[in-house]
Amino acid sequence: MSTQPRPAQQKFEPWNDPDAKPYVRIEKVTKQFGDFVAVDDVTLDIYKKEIFCLLGASGCGKTTLLRILAGFEKPTSGRIYIDGVDMTSIPPYERPVNMMFQSYAVFPHMTVEQNVAFGLKQEGLAKAEIARRVGDMLELVRLGQFGKRKPHQLSGGQRQRVALARALVKKPKLLLLDEPLAALDKKLREHTQFELINIQETLGVTFIVVTHDQEEAMTLSSRIGLMNHGEILQVGTPSEMYEYPASRFAAEFIGSVNMFEGRLIEDEPSYVRIECDDLEVPIYVDHGISSSPGATVWAAIRPEKITIGRDQPQAGDNWAAAIVQDIAYMGDVSIYLLRLDSGKVVRVTQPNTYRHADDRYTWDERVYLTWHPESPVVVTK
Amino acid sequence: MNARLKRLGLRGRNLTTAVPYLWLIVFFLIPFAIVLKISFSTTQIAMPPYEPLLHWAGEKMLQIQLNLGNFAFLVEDNLYWMAYLNSILVAAVSTVICLLIGFPVAYAIARSDPSARNILMLLVVLPFWTSFLLRVYAWIGILKNNGLLNNFLLWIGVIDQPIQMLQTDFAVYVGIVYSYLPFMILPLYANLEKLDLTLLEAAADLGCKPWQAFYKVTLPLSKPGIIAGCLLVFIPAVGEFVIPSLLGDPGMLMIGKVLWTEFFNNRDWPVASAVAIALLLFLVIPIMFYQRAQDAEAGGGVHR
Repeated sequence: MSTQPRPAQQKFEPWNDPDAKPYVRIEKVTKQFGDFVAVDDVTLDIYKKEIFCLLGASGCGKTTLLRILAGFEKPTSGRIYIDGVDMTSIPPYERPVNMMFQSYAVFPHMTVEQNVAFGLKQEGLAKAEIARRVGDMLELVRLGQFGKRKPHQLSGGQRQRVALARALVKKPKLLLLDEPLAALDKKLREHTQFELINIQETLGVTFIVVTHDQEEAMTLSSRIGLMNHGEILQVGTPSEMYEYPASRFAAEFIGSVNMFEGRLIEDEPSYVRIECDDLEVPIYVDHGISSSPGATVWAAIRPEKITIGRDQPQAGDNWAAAIVQDIAYMGDVSIYLLRLDSGKVVRVTQPNTYRHADDRYTWDERVYLTWHPESPVVVTK
Repeated sequence: MNARLKRLGLRGRNLTTAVPYLWLIVFFLIPFAIVLKISFSTTQIAMPPYEPLLHWAGEKMLQIQLNLGNFAFLVEDNLYWMAYLNSILVAAVSTVICLLIGFPVAYAIARSDPSARNILMLLVVLPFWTSFLLRVYAWIGILKNNGLLNNFLLWIGVIDQPIQMLQTDFAVYVGIVYSYLPFMILPLYANLEKLDLTLLEAAADLGCKPWQAFYKVTLPLSKPGIIAGCLLVFIPAVGEFVIPSLLGDPGMLMIGKVLWTEFFNNRDWPVASAVAIALLLFLVIPIMFYQRAQDAEAGGGVHR
């Protein structure tokens, strides 16, 4: 177990290393409740020291998958391996896995110390060893002063750290976190995100985090597994998920996006041209895609990758005329909602680079939107 | 009218909170004071059958005469000691039996399907629809020598001749456990139903087998329910009169029966009152100590 933080320059990408062995292997796992398929044939490899986020809307099966990993649910079919050992029929109390519950599930009748010591006492460790490890862990989560308190005397953030300490003190091979930050307010949440990453790097434990909050997934994770209707739709690093979404669902779930439906009119290995009903000129993309000509495709363009201008572009593609419909000033950026002539509303964010910009676009102004040929992502489903 | 009430500090809110206090004063505190008063007086054959505490001695002398003899009598006569101890023993054993039966029942109901819970709880409370006295009488029919239970045992051939069950301690325990079981189940169910099941999952996650999770999480968290149920069974069972008189051995010493005899057979109200006051002290003092310990524990942690 490494106690040193990972050097920033050394890339941590075991999933790209053909020799790396997956630490957690979820193999064709399906879970049915009656007729309802909560988890549908999921296969996933997760590597040691990863923070892997299962991201999805509520009811997508991410929590069920987490509970299968913890042992609270038995999969209908499929197998779970942790560190090479088949865990599928091992009960939760014998798994080298610990979970941090969404409600924290801190024992209300025990002090903070007793809560953290609970799992170690269960292992039958010596008193001195338990006291030492509990003390160290409470220092790590900055609860050293609160050992004698009862949970009802703690704030939400402190209870969250008790739950984290209680799970981590057992030195699990795998820590499962169910919506770890959902119950905290925004400021505390941001702070805790970075604290979680620090603790994970200090201890080198593999984390699997379930969240519905795409921002949380982006900040925390080494990789994200996007789930919908019990299936894993796409797995990738946060930047891969954002810049190369594989489907309309992925593009729309992570960040905001402008989606243009159209047909392929030119399909070359080095470029494609897409004709859209909403746009007067085609979209030109400077890389090829694998689809048949004439097929319906969607071009996804992120709001920050569109530029607003007052002069009509002379190019034969990648622009659109629009009317400023709404402006939201956010401080660092402004969000513009622009109505195309077709009626479609496009969302564009522009950084507020200067403090006194007198020439900002205003309501009902006629403007032109342009984007770079490499900005659109073309998806076929 | 309204303004006058207000001048006296009697606003609507104060009046509302005053109602329960008034109830407690009129129906609990004043009767208690009367019983306490009688316990210090001397018996006499008159109406009422005891002497007043206050009387005039001479022109301007109001004399108060406290007769401590009633209490001294309780200590001197073995009968009362034996009755108190036996009542407490019977009540304690019945309470433990009620807990052993009531806990699994309450647990099973709390874990059952939510739609079935109300029906099951209704079944627990259903006996209250019939008179308590009738239900105890019914046990005579079950337990007597040619009663239901003996006939059944004879019929299946377990026994050759009837067992004497009625007028034994066994019958008293059966009666008390049967009558007071709902008072154990109700608070336990209310407590167990609220138990957060993720706490049990957390215990399993931290290495507890199911029975260990029960012992370390469910049981400590249901302590308030266990205590409430035990008090609700134990306190009335100590003073129980009807069940031992109907089902028990006539010679069985129970403080409730002693109280009855003093009041109605001996017509010695002062001694009967002293018996009642002593019983109250026996019961109230441990409960008060327990309450203080509970409060200290709830507020603890910071101060410790």
